[in-house]
Amino acid sequence: MKLALGLLLGGLIWAETHGAVAIKGARIITVSGDELAKGTVVMRNGLITDVGAMVTVPADAWVIDGSGLTVYPGFIDGLSSWGIPAPATPRGGSQTPAATTTAEPRARGPEDRPQTYSFERAADLVSPSDTRLETARAAGFTSAATYPTRGIFQGLGALIDLAGERGRDMVVVQPIGQDISFRQGGFGRTGFPGSLMGNISYVRQLFLDLDQYERAKAIYAGNPAAGRRPEYDHALEGLAESPRVLLPAEEVQQIDRMLNFGPELKKPFILYGLHEAYERIDELKQAKAPLLVSLKWPEKPKEADPSDVASFRELTLRDNAPKVPGLLAKAGVRFAFYTDGVESAADLKKALKKAVDGGLGRAETIRALTLSAAEMYGVADRLGSIDKGKIANLVVMKGEAFEEKTTVEYVFVDGEQFQPSKDSQKEPAAGGRKGSAPGEEIR
Amino acid sequence: MGQRNWMLALCAVVLSATGTFAQTILIRNATVMTVTKGTIQNGSVLVQNGKISAVGKNLSAPADATVVDAAGKFLTPGIIDCHSHTAVEGSVNEGTVSDSSMVNIKDVINPTDINIYRALAGGLTVSNVLHGSANAIGGQTIVIKLRWGKKANEMLFEGATPGIKFALGENPKRQGYPAQGFFNQGPTPERRYPGTRLGVEEVIRQSFTEAKIYQAEWQAYNEKVARGEKAIPPRKDLRLEPLVEVLEGKRYVHAHCYRADEILMLLRVADEMGFKIRTLQHVLEGYKVAKEIAAHGAGASTFSDWWSYKAEAYDATPYNAAIMMRKGVVVSLNSDSDELQRHLNLEAAKTMRYGGLNENEALAMVTINPAKQLGIDDKVGSIEVGKSADLVLFDQYPLSGFSKAQKVWIDGHEYFDREKDIETRPEFEKKKKALEDKEAAEAPAGRRRNGAAGSDAKDAPIAEERR
Repeated sequence: MKLALGLLLGGLIWAETHGAVAIKGARIITVSGDELAKGTVVMRNGLITDVGAMVTVPADAWVIDGSGLTVYPGFIDGLSSWGIPAPATPRGGSQTPAATTTAEPRARGPEDRPQTYSFERAADLVSPSDTRLETARAAGFTSAATYPTRGIFQGLGALIDLAGERGRDMVVVQPIGQDISFRQGGFGRTGFPGSLMGNISYVRQLFLDLDQYERAKAIYAGNPAAGRRPEYDHALEGLAESPRVLLPAEEVQQIDRMLNFGPELKKPFILYGLHEAYERIDELKQAKAPLLVSLKWPEKPKEADPSDVASFRELTLRDNAPKVPGLLAKAGVRFAFYTDGVESAADLKKALKKAVDGGLGRAETIRALTLSAAEMYGVADRLGSIDKGKIANLVVMKGEAFEEKTTVEYVFVDGEQFQPSKDSQKEPAAGGRKGSAPGEEIR
Repeated sequence: MGQRNWMLALCAVVLSATGTFAQTILIRNATVMTVTKGTIQNGSVLVQNGKISAVGKNLSAPADATVVDAAGKFLTPGIIDCHSHTAVEGSVNEGTVSDSSMVNIKDVINPTDINIYRALAGGLTVSNVLHGSANAIGGQTIVIKLRWGKKANEMLFEGATPGIKFALGENPKRQGYPAQGFFNQGPTPERRYPGTRLGVEEVIRQSFTEAKIYQAEWQAYNEKVARGEKAIPPRKDLRLEPLVEVLEGKRYVHAHCYRADEILMLLRVADEMGFKIRTLQHVLEGYKVAKEIAAHGAGASTFSDWWSYKAEAYDATPYNAAIMMRKGVVVSLNSDSDELQRHLNLEAAKTMRYGGLNENEALAMVTINPAKQLGIDDKVGSIEVGKSADLVLFDQYPLSGFSKAQKVWIDGHEYFDREKDIETRPEFEKKKKALEDKEAAEAPAGRRRNGAAGSDAKDAPIAEERR
């Protein structure tokens, strides 16, 4: 009954705040500079117009008393599918052959461009109707690097803000990259590729094709009379537009593999996953590739077969994975976090606490959720810290981001205010996807 | 994972650390079975800088040498397996197409596969890691040294010629399965070509015909560029590149086969297309066409006494290896199995019972002969000065069923020591217990966002077809 009422109320309530807003007398974690023990931040027209200890609050501003509150830059999910409506069939699990979700004909080789959606744009797919956005905002997220999740070449990602009236309001920058997956089909069912090695060879071939395509186009443009024009290739156009690629690298052999494979592609690459990276800190430092660490720390499976004995390696992984961020920070390696499904406020706090307990400083933890992700995607001039001129994405908490009892009081996305309900921040009910939470209107 | 498995995994973690620096080692008082230069009673082998620097009687130890007293024990070259699928991550077959030469085993070696360590424990030091046999032309293959604890790249056998797997007979003519399962519960909308043995031959001929055209295209382009003309380069085709390498003799063909007729077919196609078959794999009917195999110059890598597991593998004999050898074929015995690879010395011993080979000829089947087949016999395969110090110390006569490998060295590094393994087990058990206790109250986890590179396709059992 209570749930039904919550759904009726429709979750978080949108508050139009076209005038200035000032949060006064709050502790402000700017991330880019020093923390302000007692400061004021002013927003107008979706931008931060002023921040500091001695700030004049505009006469027309709606003032929030910040005493006892902490203001952080809005959190950024470094790799997400938020905002993109879920496909009809399940996705994500490595057991699911990606192509079975589509009506593609059986591919006979790379020339058929199997499972290739390199041209699909997250920016065209995002919609504010995705119910996960409310959950994400309630946890303190205001932005995400969001990517489609279909196929091997999954499409062009977009950096989005997690609110807007229409999808196009949400897009901050696009395209930001191409997420490449290494899911595998089975023998003879989905067509090529049906194995990890086939998948790798296909990715390699497509990048070689891209190289040839671009050269051929340039040569043709120089002298169109010399021969027939190169054929237009949708898949390669999407790839050409990708400023960077994202490669999954969870276990140690996958990290090694992708550190070798990434440079072959001749595009900047980001590695993600990285739970076993404690074995490869030096190598990752040398590679200089930006890293996205999954916040979904490996844990003992919930419904494990009692006769399954975890290996020493698995146990070590579960124990050491949350230490990875701390080790990376100590070594001076660039990294940011991505939620990997850890979306609720309660789960996020727990996951961040684990990283802190694993040796990551509190300031570094916030940085990995904000400015580091913005830098990785080249949007640090507009997102990731509390500075004059940046997009007014803020999260205001009572307590620190890693503490269990902390509550999110206000969230600002593009200067628009959201006030997550208390219910939405509690431990979610077991099972099922977290949807709308009951909200309360302010003002 | 059973108890035994993780125990070995634990021990393997620590032992890998022992193989980190090259020592000077003198192994003395051993029965040194060199394979190529006879057997030395009370012999010694000196290892320096990863190489065998002296072999003989009464060698004196340099000041910095670690001396291993091997009284009563037997020293052999490291065992070499010419047909392995060990340490392959993901499916061993790219079975969706009939020519999958674009895939490369090198991309998917998983150096953390515990089977590497278990194979070491059986004296294996080198493996020819092959693609499966689901297609007429399978994937690119590589030779690895079992340097347990190292990264995949560090396991590659330096300078070994890469290969490509071919397959003849029943496996490559499978056309796929119904979408809903094995028993015709659903339609198989697009069947894979070919469906006959004739078609397998045609696939190989077709692919090499394409490879020749491709080779010519690149030659023409290179000539144009050399003349200073501006030309659009041909598309680089990862499927045809390795076949051009085969035509140019830069890549070996390892061909899975059983029947005499298909063996002759392949030799004819190779002659026609102008390339060589380096090894015939399994080759259970090789005894029928040994002269033809020898004339082509192909090696044969077979099983000791394993057949009748499928229709095309019935007309077999345990004398196969010996007969082919006597007809002038370089013959090796292989494992094709993560289990069998742990006791290839015993497979070799069977050729003494079936075929009357002497002990050197028998050991050669798993040492110098596979080395010759893989083109690495100048570096490994026997105990000779100048070769890599890939050595196995057996506690007993290695061609006896009671023998166990005690120590295994690769390039002079010790990668396995049975006593150390056993000694360190309680300590690992303790560490593991501590970790288990620590996480006792951990919360459950959900699913991952993406299939990370390398997660296994557990729903594809057919993809594991190998033999």
